[in-house]
Amino acid sequence: MAGFDKRVASYEEAMEGIESGMTVIAGGFGLCGIPENLIAEIKRRGVKDLTVVSNNCGVDGFGLGVLLEDHQISKIIASYVGENAMFEQQMLNNEIDVVLTPQGTLAEKMRAGGAGIPAFYTATGYGTPIGDGKEVRVFDGRHYILEEAIKGDFAIVKGWKADRYGNVMYRHTAQNFNPMAATAGKITVVEVEEIVEPGELEPSQIHTPGIYVDRIIQGTFEKRIEKRTVRS
Amino acid sequence: MALTREQMAQRVARELQDGFYVNLGIGIPTLVANYIPDGMDVMLQSENGLLGMGRFPTEEEVDADMINAGKQTVTARPGAAIFSSAESFAMIRGGHVDLTVLGAFEVDQEGNIASWMIPGKLIKGMGGAMDLVAGAENIICTMTHASKHGESKLLEKCNLPLTGAGCISRVLTDLAYLEIKDGAFILKERAPGVSVEEIVEKTAGKLIVPDHVPEMTFDE
Repeated sequence: MAGFDKRVASYEEAMEGIESGMTVIAGGFGLCGIPENLIAEIKRRGVKDLTVVSNNCGVDGFGLGVLLEDHQISKIIASYVGENAMFEQQMLNNEIDVVLTPQGTLAEKMRAGGAGIPAFYTATGYGTPIGDGKEVRVFDGRHYILEEAIKGDFAIVKGWKADRYGNVMYRHTAQNFNPMAATAGKITVVEVEEIVEPGELEPSQIHTPGIYVDRIIQGTFEKRIEKRTVRS
Repeated sequence: MALTREQMAQRVARELQDGFYVNLGIGIPTLVANYIPDGMDVMLQSENGLLGMGRFPTEEEVDADMINAGKQTVTARPGAAIFSSAESFAMIRGGHVDLTVLGAFEVDQEGNIASWMIPGKLIKGMGGAMDLVAGAENIICTMTHASKHGESKLLEKCNLPLTGAGCISRVLTDLAYLEIKDGAFILKERAPGVSVEEIVEKTAGKLIVPDHVPEMTFDE
């Protein structure tokens, strides 16, 4: 039983073992469903030279954007990096290496990384700069490029509810990249809004089974909204 | 008169069919959702993981965990489904989305599209656009026909880095509705009051002009 209790008592403990030079895969889309307290803990620790894999890089002062303030990120693999002036500045100064990756390819790279598939063929990016230098094969008369999987030293994930076994459910579109990220870390850390008793989560409704998860922590979240849009 | 953004959205909406799953890009494509004909059921796919995007929320309904691919707060309509990004792009890449509408900087007569990068100026990333153009059979590209300086965006060959190769077969500009086939643009319709001559002048790529080019009509 204790062997399956993934709960940790503090954010310090949650990110124990992270070191400069590591690769961190982060869930989230824009500011939605981001592991905001785990990111804050990485900032607090001051580790540098990180490779970050995430769809976006937050905004100035929030989300992964806070890791730019002390130049903790040396490389980012992402599909969209707008909305962030500090990021743009560091990119233009060549302080940060940016590998722009199509969003679906990025999701599949994480999924493949967690699923033991080292690479896959996709038509996405063929004939564009993304396909340059990549192996091409033709299947059924169509061109595909070979894309390699991504694994992380750490995966940091934001869930909604979890039990101490590490079973996780996500809420609404805060799911996004989190389930794939959760599978692709050597150490996967999930922060959630609520840790419930085992049995409370309906087994067939669990998004991330606990086998992928190493550490669970309950936190409180700001959940900042990037583009609040309402109908009149 | 060149079409307004609203008229462009109205024209695209005529290509919708009952039972279509549709992905709408940011900008003019998003406006298409306002012109889904009454009695027609269309499911909007948002690539961050939502099939069945609903209206924007009221102040009370705003939920930080419920956004669209443009990061705007939205609602889910009855019958919606929510899933991961990998699942979302499986449906996109796998060709399950019936219609994709997206903007572009340039399109050429071979069906190539450039929409994500202007070297030295705009390098924000492609988001889901490369997967969308690679996965969809049925794409409508919405764009202005020429730049503010009068330079054509319908070219013999795209100048900017491509988003996808040979994947665009239909283009709606503020001046015309065109198809792309066998290495040429084919002028199918023109905006009200816009002459064929103006379209010819503002199309740098090979353009085929049929004997009769009907004028688009709008209700309002």
